[in-house]
Amino acid sequence: MDYGLLSSILHAILVASTPLVFAGLGALIQERAGVLNLGIEGLMIVGALAGFATALSGFPLLISILAAALAGALLASIFALLVLRLYANPVATGLALTLFGLGLSALAGAQYVGQAAPQVDAWNIPGLSHLPIVGHALFSHDPLVYLSISLAILMWWFITKSRAGLILRAVGENHSAAHALGFSVTRIRFLAIITGGALGGIGGSYLTLVQTPLFVEGMTAGRGWIALALVVFASWRPLRVIVGAYLFGSVSIIQLHGQALGVSVASQWLSMLPYIVTIGALVIIAGRGNFSHKAPGSLGVTFRESK
Amino acid sequence: MKKSNLVIGLLVLVAVIAAVVSFEPSETKKTAAVSGKVKIGFVYVGPVADAGWTYEHDRGRLAVEAEYGGKVETVFVESVSEGPDAERVIAQMASDGANAVFTTSFGYMNPTIKVAQQFPDVRFEHATGYKRADNVATYSSRFYEGRHVLGLIAGKMTKSNTIGYIASFPIPEVVRGINAAYLAAKNVNPEVKFKVIWVSTWFDPGKEADAAKALIDQGADILMQHTDSAAPMKIAEERGIYAFGQASDQAAYGPNAQLTAIIDDWAPYYVRRVGDLMNGTWSSTDTWGGFDTGMVALAPYGKAVPDDVKVMAEEARKAITEGRLHAFTGPVNKQDGSPWLKAGETADDGTLLGMNFYVEGIEGSLP
Repeated sequence: MDYGLLSSILHAILVASTPLVFAGLGALIQERAGVLNLGIEGLMIVGALAGFATALSGFPLLISILAAALAGALLASIFALLVLRLYANPVATGLALTLFGLGLSALAGAQYVGQAAPQVDAWNIPGLSHLPIVGHALFSHDPLVYLSISLAILMWWFITKSRAGLILRAVGENHSAAHALGFSVTRIRFLAIITGGALGGIGGSYLTLVQTPLFVEGMTAGRGWIALALVVFASWRPLRVIVGAYLFGSVSIIQLHGQALGVSVASQWLSMLPYIVTIGALVIIAGRGNFSHKAPGSLGVTFRESK
Repeated sequence: MKKSNLVIGLLVLVAVIAAVVSFEPSETKKTAAVSGKVKIGFVYVGPVADAGWTYEHDRGRLAVEAEYGGKVETVFVESVSEGPDAERVIAQMASDGANAVFTTSFGYMNPTIKVAQQFPDVRFEHATGYKRADNVATYSSRFYEGRHVLGLIAGKMTKSNTIGYIASFPIPEVVRGINAAYLAAKNVNPEVKFKVIWVSTWFDPGKEADAAKALIDQGADILMQHTDSAAPMKIAEERGIYAFGQASDQAAYGPNAQLTAIIDDWAPYYVRRVGDLMNGTWSSTDTWGGFDTGMVALAPYGKAVPDDVKVMAEEARKAITEGRLHAFTGPVNKQDGSPWLKAGETADDGTLLGMNFYVEGIEGSLP
């Protein structure tokens, strides 16, 4: 294999994985606060449309990303209202959020089908982007790739090192105890849901702004569900979300290249491979006792303030 | 506590009402000889706005409405997954009083046959399948005729002699397209190579884009696709290479990249069949139309196509339309070297419809 191709493959892996990193982190922050949100797919597609529409109107990348984040956060706030205030069942509400987001984006996005967004330029990191192989593969990306990695590190710091993160975890592990200590469970969960929604929206916008880059309804094609699985895979740890997303992305991209290189394995097997590897990794993680892999104690449990 | 019960109660109530409303059998009774207003149902596998396969079927539906005006009523359901869900949707349309139902994807074949047995008075039209009944007709287009022309253009225009092909599922329809394009390309360029990636989906723009990038990274300078989104076209445009549109004119996504596109024009067929239904001459038929029926068309050639290539492509199209040229004309061997067509022999429709082998020269194996 020539090195140019290797470099291209690595580059493609990072691009294919980035939406999953954003969406996975978005699901993770909510779950650490004890909120199970199955609406990630809906948040992604709404963000995908919002980011695309904004970019098409001629706004710079930063504004497009903010629009996507805002759209995701707005949709998530509906979920927050239903689940936190009206005590609706989170599983049913999350599924409804997915369906609603897909429908809403299809309706509002019909006028954008057939249009092309401006291309996002790569940020070449000085000194590193000219290195052989890894230069193009790792240090010549659009800003969102770097942002996704920075966010994961930031979230790791926030959850494990900061006081606010400790409170967030307390709410997720045992909301009654957190409440007894005087923390507002509802407000903290609301903030987590809004943040998660914004990240889901950015993840979706990466598809329409960089990876594909066009808008068609339903184009997230199940990535929101993969993001949810990634959180379990990552045993609720931000940095492992990156590992999981890149593993999934690697297998997805390598199987495509394998086919084009004429590797004679049935393509159905190759298509299954990312999922098989993910399940396999899950089993290995679950089988190792020294890894903490427990779900937050209050995950998906409705909190009602008792009088 | 009470508030949550109220919310859940309301949701259940809404769900029950919705279920009752949607499952209430319609009062309109179907008659064998259709008179009065005719109701036609369409079942789509993707969204109408997919800018490809489903979009063209919906244009056919609109053509029916335009042709017969107030005499027909059309209904459609989009994004119906192939499988049990399809059966439910098709049965629903039939029981809602549709006189005919067009099911527009290969995977609807068995559901269509099954529902047709339950509704003997309703006529069904299944696209791209091969199972028929007294009230089930099948129709498809000879897209391979279009693929032949695409293959000629690709063979002439490639500089790297590598054509990338993004394929969906190894069904005869797709295999036929690959073979037809390859034979044509090989004919004008003996050095040409096809790299095929099977993505196991009809519609996942992200995955189609990734496959397009993989093919380009491995040296392909012209892309063909048999999947439904315009993502590969968009990637080709970005990378500065060429591609062919699929099912619909995709020049909007690749103003420089699109060389031409195979357009599925279902309008002539749909208008004719609905007309047959209205004047009582409908019968279960098997239609396989090509350039000659207008069911397969080509988008205007892109500006990158040189004049001599245009002339060659137009000649081939004309010859196929007039029946002077067949895309599968011998001598052709199967991939394993065993002879398939003798010199001058053309393929019969039966073999084409069940095609499950690559022709000689294509690398890799069918999944």
